[in-house]
This record gives sequence, structure tokens and C-alpha cells, in this order.
Amino acid sequence: MLAVSDVAFAYGEHVILHGVSFAVPRGHIVGLLGPNGSGKTTLLRIIAGTLAPQRGRVEIDGVSVTAMSRREIARRISVVPQETHSTFDFTVEDIVLMGRYPHLSAFELEGPDDRAIAYEALQVTGTRALAARTFATLSGGEKQRVVIAGALAQASDALLLDEPTASLDLGAQLDIAALLARLHRDRGTTMVVCTHDLNFAASLCAELVLIRQGRILAQGATADVLTPANVAALYDVRADVAFHAGAKHLTVVPIARA
Amino acid sequence: MRERSDIRRRLLLTTGAFGALLAIVCVLAPLVGSTHISLARAFSQSVPFADNVDAQIFFIARLPRVVGAALVGAGLAAAGVVFQALLRNPLAAPETLGVSIGASVGAVIAITFLPSFSIGGISAVPVASFTGSLGALAIVYGLSAARSRGMSSTVLLLGGVVLTSFLGAILTLIQYLSDFTQTFRTVRWLMGSLDVGSYPPIVAALVPLACAAIGYATLPRALDLMSLGPEAAAARGVDVVRAERVALVSASLSTGAAVSLAGPIGFIGIVVPHLVRLMVGADHRLVLPASALFGAAFLIGCDLIARTAFAPLELPVGIVTAMIGGPFFLWLLFRRAR
Repeated sequence: MLAVSDVAFAYGEHVILHGVSFAVPRGHIVGLLGPNGSGKTTLLRIIAGTLAPQRGRVEIDGVSVTAMSRREIARRISVVPQETHSTFDFTVEDIVLMGRYPHLSAFELEGPDDRAIAYEALQVTGTRALAARTFATLSGGEKQRVVIAGALAQASDALLLDEPTASLDLGAQLDIAALLARLHRDRGTTMVVCTHDLNFAASLCAELVLIRQGRILAQGATADVLTPANVAALYDVRADVAFHAGAKHLTVVPIARA
Repeated sequence: MRERSDIRRRLLLTTGAFGALLAIVCVLAPLVGSTHISLARAFSQSVPFADNVDAQIFFIARLPRVVGAALVGAGLAAAGVVFQALLRNPLAAPETLGVSIGASVGAVIAITFLPSFSIGGISAVPVASFTGSLGALAIVYGLSAARSRGMSSTVLLLGGVVLTSFLGAILTLIQYLSDFTQTFRTVRWLMGSLDVGSYPPIVAALVPLACAAIGYATLPRALDLMSLGPEAAAARGVDVVRAERVALVSASLSTGAAVSLAGPIGFIGIVVPHLVRLMVGADHRLVLPASALFGAAFLIGCDLIARTAFAPLELPVGIVTAMIGGPFFLWLLFRRAR
């Protein structure tokens, strides 16, 4: 349902993406891997419609993202950034209710239905008990679950996650991974996950897209793509890749700079 | 856990409470002054207006000043709310960004060089001060315009500091070049005073304020989201560029109108929104209208102090707001630093 075809982008002379194509069928989770500066974040912004590609197109169910208004895009795609800072003392409930923005007209206030959707999102993400807390006082993991609840309240078809676990401690990383896996299993949420954490990607994503210097290095099923050779080509790192019986997914142990 | 009441209810309660406060202040403030008057007699229908001294003092001598204070207070407080959300910084305000002083330069140029210019009773001052505030804002905004990197609030606040000293020098230059009486008028004006003695200047300020109010009315939810960052706001469906434009033009309009009416009165745009947030929370659908209403009541109160503290001497109200706002601003800074 999400199709990226031949997307190219450059900042002036500096080419970031050289024509990238991949598809994310409804209900699938695709991981985007690549070193810093590979163009992942730019690609994510183009998919979210906050940046327009200079060539190629992003389509959701056959409709080009550039042809949609911000509100229309937001009803189809929601974004979870690496970190969210709140300047003012918004409560958790405030933050999640903001997710209803694309569904309300200019002067419309959210009604009982919107509140029900927001509270269901709080329930699903296990943040119901935090509803009255001030967002800024939460831990990193709690904040991220609340932001995911806001994205769910947006009731879009797809979730884009930009390094959702990068600033979290190990326990919180596992919580987020479990939450996303549960959302995928119970609700069939379509996701595109950008990450540097190969083990997180291996645990969550059935398919991977590997990007280096604005070009796709490899894409396909995680079991086929996550190989020592590809990790070396992607990051210039020699690594050991093995199935871990306890974790029940591939694990990557970096050994040395290649 | 008790769920918080519905937004409609909270909006009604908030605007009702702050509106009632403003109404009470508006009626009581004109009663205070050198001549004692009675509210009952001022509103009495049995005595004709021409013979009703209390009514004349209430409506002609004192009410314009109170209404002026209300408009200026509302305009500055609302502009403060918008700047703070846009820059994601609770210390942003018309004066910290240099917007107030931009409006002042415009107004002082009009006062000094076009003293007799007027169209239909409206002088060049409001037009010039709006132009000045928009110009100042354009410069500060331009400094941080690298949109791809997001609007850095540090750059904007620093730009405001530089702009304030630069425009301050221009003000000094204009005063240096003017003659003694003009300089005296300008200096008095720059102290920020609500010496509004009639209704035409109020009507003139109402036009830009009404335009600003329409702009503000479309903004609250977008401001909520933009205070989490432009990228986050866009992802939730906010047309960030358009919302920013509406916000900046509205804030410049209301700052320009306020400055043209009363000179640069400081600290309203910081103190009022902050106190309001402590009372109603962060939601801009409550903060924005409540700040406008509370800003109006607050400035009427400050002006009451200015009129009575050293009676019969009337202080410029700018001194009173600075006496309250300066320490408050420092307290905010220290509290944030902890």
C-alpha cells in the first residue's frame, strides 16, 4: 500500500538519494538500515510528505503524497520521532489528544469519540495510568510510549518510526520493541522503522531495506538480507550473524572495523 | 483516577471566569480617581447625561483609558503566547524579540517627522508602528530562516537582543536630531503611558486588533503542536508554513496596535501567559483567550496602581509593569536554570 518509486533528492550539489524504490505491503513491518548520512532520515521525511522529492514519487494506496494536503497525509501516515520535547507543561492526555488534529476541522473541539480513541491508545500502549502526568516529567521510555499512543490516536494506516529506541536504556528498548510487535500482531499496523540497532530490527522486522550513500544496497526478507557480507558492505564492520535460540531471531555481534 | 472534564466545559469555564474578572475590573477601575464618583449615579437613567457629572467622568474622562489599557494588555499578552509557542521558549515576547522596539521606532518616526499627518482622524502613528513591528520581526525571522534546520530559538532570541540595541541607537539618533520639545514628547512616549483621553485612537487600534484576533482564532491547536517542534506538527497534519505566517502577522499586528496606543509597555507578554498557564494548563485553546482576557485585566490593574500610587502624580504604566515584570522574569530564568 506504501510504494516508494525512484525517489531522488539533493541539497544543492550534494545528492542524498539516487533513486530509491521499495514497497511496504499493508500490515508489514519494514526496517530501514544504513550508516549515518546514508539518506534514511531524508527518505523518511519524503515518505511523511514533509519534504518533496526532486524525482520519483511516494504513493499511498495509489495516491501520490505530494498531491495530498498535510491533513490528508496525516490521516494516512503518522510519525514517531527519536525524541519529543515539550516546552510547556502538557499532560500525557493533552499530547495524545493532539493526535486527533487531522480529523478535526479548523474550529472543531474533540468530542467523546475522539476522547474514546485517545483513551484506547493510552490503554494499548500501557500509559493509561500516566494520563494526568506532565509529559516533560516522564522517563524516556514512557515518553516514547506516549508519543506512540499519540500516533495511534491519529488513526493512520501506517506508522513511520525514526530511531524510536536510540535514546532509551536497554529495558525501555525492549518495552518499545514488544509494544510495536504487539501492535503489529493485534492490529496489523503497517510500519517503516528506521534504526541503527540491528538486533532491534532483526527482532521486529520481517523485511529490511539497506541503504548506503543514497542507494539501496540490498532489500528483502530479514533472514536473506541480514548477512555478515551485507553488514560489512553497509557499515564497514566485520560482524557475526547467528540465530539466537533464546531470543528467537537473528542477532548481530560486531567484531571489528573491516 | 478521575478523568479531566471535556474541553468544551473547560473552555466555557475558563473564558467565563476570566471574562467576568475583566468585566468587573472594567466597571470598577473608572470609579477610582481624584474625584469620587458613584457607580449607581454614573449609570443612572433619571439624570440626563449632560447634567450627570458622574457619568461624564466615568464615560468621558476615565473609561477611554481603561478600554485602552484592556486592548493594549490583551494585544501584548496574546502576542506573547504566540511567540512563546512558535519559538518553543517561554521567555519569548514582543520585547525580547525586538518587535516592540521595532514598533517604537516606527511610531517615533511618525511622531517626529509626520506630527500633523492624519487620515480621517487616524494619525500615521499606528500604521508606522505596525510597519515597524513587522519589519523588526522580518529581520529576526530572516536570521533564523534556514528552514531545513528548523527555527533555532537561540538564534532568534540573540537576534532580538542585537536588534533591540541597534534600534535603540536609531531611537537615540532620532531624539538627538529633534528639537527639545519633540525629544521630551518622545521620551515620555517611550516610557509607556496609557494617557488615552478620547475614543478615536481606540477605534484606530481596534482595526488591526480585530484582524489579529481573527488570525489568533485559527491558531490554538496548531500552536499546541508547533510547540512540540515544526517536524512533529507537520506529521500531525499542521500546515506549518501557513500557520507560522498567520501567527507572525497576527502577533505583529497586535503588538503594533498596542505600541501605537500606549508606547512600549514591557513584560505583559511574558508575565501574563505564564500566570495563565499556571492556572489553566498548557492547552493553547485555553491559554490564548484566557491570556488576552487576563492581560486586559492585568494592565487595567497596573494602570490603576500607576494612577493612584503617587496621586496626584500619574506614573507611566510602563514603570509599574517593569517593576512587577522584571523580578518575575528573573525568577523565571532562575527557576528554569535549576
